[in-house]
Amino acid sequence: MPDQVGLELIATELGVVVPGSVRETAFFRGQASVWVEPAHVRAVLGALRERHGYRMLMSVHGVDYYPEEPRLGVHYELLDMARVDRIAVKLRVPVDQPQVESVTPDWPTANHQEREIYDMFGVVFDGHPDLRRILMPEDYEGHPQRRDFPLGGEPVLFTHNDPSSPGWTR
Amino acid sequence: MSTKSDYRRMEGSITLAPLSEQIGSQRLSSELLTLNFGPHHPATHGVLRLLVTLDGEIVQDVKPIIGYVHTGIEKTAEDKAYWKVIPVVERMDYLAYYFNALAFCGAVETLLECEVPKRAQYLRVIHLELNRIMSHLVWLGTSALDLGAMSMFWYCFREREQILDLFEMSSGQRMHTRYFQVGGVIEDIPIGFAEKVREFTRIMPGRVDQYNDLLRRNEILLQRLRGTCPLDERTLLELGVTGPLLRAAGNPWDLRKAAPYSSYEDFDFKIPVGTVGDNYDRFAVRIAEMKESVKIIDQALDGLPEGPYITEDRKIALPPRHELATSMEALIHHFKLVTEGFRVPPGEVYYAIESPRGELGCFVRSDGSAKPARVHMRDPSFVNLQATAPMTRGAYIADLIATLAMLDPILGGVDR
Repeated sequence: MPDQVGLELIATELGVVVPGSVRETAFFRGQASVWVEPAHVRAVLGALRERHGYRMLMSVHGVDYYPEEPRLGVHYELLDMARVDRIAVKLRVPVDQPQVESVTPDWPTANHQEREIYDMFGVVFDGHPDLRRILMPEDYEGHPQRRDFPLGGEPVLFTHNDPSSPGWTR
Repeated sequence: MSTKSDYRRMEGSITLAPLSEQIGSQRLSSELLTLNFGPHHPATHGVLRLLVTLDGEIVQDVKPIIGYVHTGIEKTAEDKAYWKVIPVVERMDYLAYYFNALAFCGAVETLLECEVPKRAQYLRVIHLELNRIMSHLVWLGTSALDLGAMSMFWYCFREREQILDLFEMSSGQRMHTRYFQVGGVIEDIPIGFAEKVREFTRIMPGRVDQYNDLLRRNEILLQRLRGTCPLDERTLLELGVTGPLLRAAGNPWDLRKAAPYSSYEDFDFKIPVGTVGDNYDRFAVRIAEMKESVKIIDQALDGLPEGPYITEDRKIALPPRHELATSMEALIHHFKLVTEGFRVPPGEVYYAIESPRGELGCFVRSDGSAKPARVHMRDPSFVNLQATAPMTRGAYIADLIATLAMLDPILGGVDR
């Protein structure tokens, strides 16, 4: 992990290379993270790869910060295998405009993970080659990992409450 | 009579010339066949569905379709107190339950800044490595079954039983043991457990040699594995593939060595690596890993320190039973922990460990309450599955089966 000073240096440099990209930095429990503007995420990840050696994208995952605004968060966990160093790039988008630039063209590993975030949180990744639901059925409505999605609120269909049932057992 | 002569005339009209051409050559490749493979197929090792585009016997493209065992574990975890999340996340990658539990506990311990006692760390290592061997045994048995070696399955499950009996001895459960707790382990190992583990580590290296002797020079197995579906290190890294698959391509990345957790820095072990990254390397790396795990278990038993097996912090771990009868505080702590659970300071951490299939990362976000606001598992099977298509494009469909076996995806972990 870069220490707090190293994180600030990286963030300052990112602000120069990709102007207006860095919102703030956070250093928590020894883990460094940079909050960035959603529009610049691809450029920021590219700069971290080219200039700082973070060549592996280990994880992309979504978070719902409900009731805070903007609600939806996307986290990118980067890894530098040579220096055994990790840094997280994080961003937030509002629910009514959940557009984030896809990083799949640069990082093929993000393909399924971005699809999962789209499926679970409804974040739309512009430029993703195949943005479909991945875990939920294709005709599913809603995004179940959102905090305001009820837990266990979906009735289980049996023959007695299935409207498409022909009623032979009734 | 006339039927027979009709048949002979028909037979004579058949020309075998197109069949003698190379499969995959231009003339035969005019028609593609899309084959639905799974979700219920023994060779997919779970409920995995693959849409395979075939040109004759050659795989042109593979599209994995997943989600058939999606059970919403991450969502369920948000509705449970931290210590009640452990049994739920254990059920994700159902062959690596100790790893799932450790990834989650480690993330929560990082949030709490909780120190885990040395004895608990060693006990965790013993169980983790037993679990790694167990997971590799299931992989070896089922993979060999896919490749036509029936008896390997029984041999592997014989040793697996022995490990499951050990788990039963230390925790009362054979699978999904709930042995790891935030701050340590639930109970110290019982009397006689160490001897039983020693008995296992004494026979296991010999058994691994037996498996090797059965398979390593087996002509059928070699034909199926050697040189099939290799993928270079660069592509694997781009796809985020970790674990034995990456090590088979020659990259010795192993979090146990690179970023040691749970006292792995105390043990002397090697990281097996392959050279070309074909199916045979993937096979050989895992076989060698089993022997290294045995070494780690032996060292952990040798150096098992005395001391507490769970943190003494009463705000996190339950007080011992005898204190409840004499101490008011212990009773209050017990009551608070069982009814509400412990509160975790707000923040978000990502904690990664080396599971049998690669980097298993757990992201936990806390909002300061007694329930996590978000739990996400970066499951290695989910990410590694993306390598199926690049590995098998241009290979025979039989090699797809072998590759899928060597990929070792656990669908419980993929779909969560």
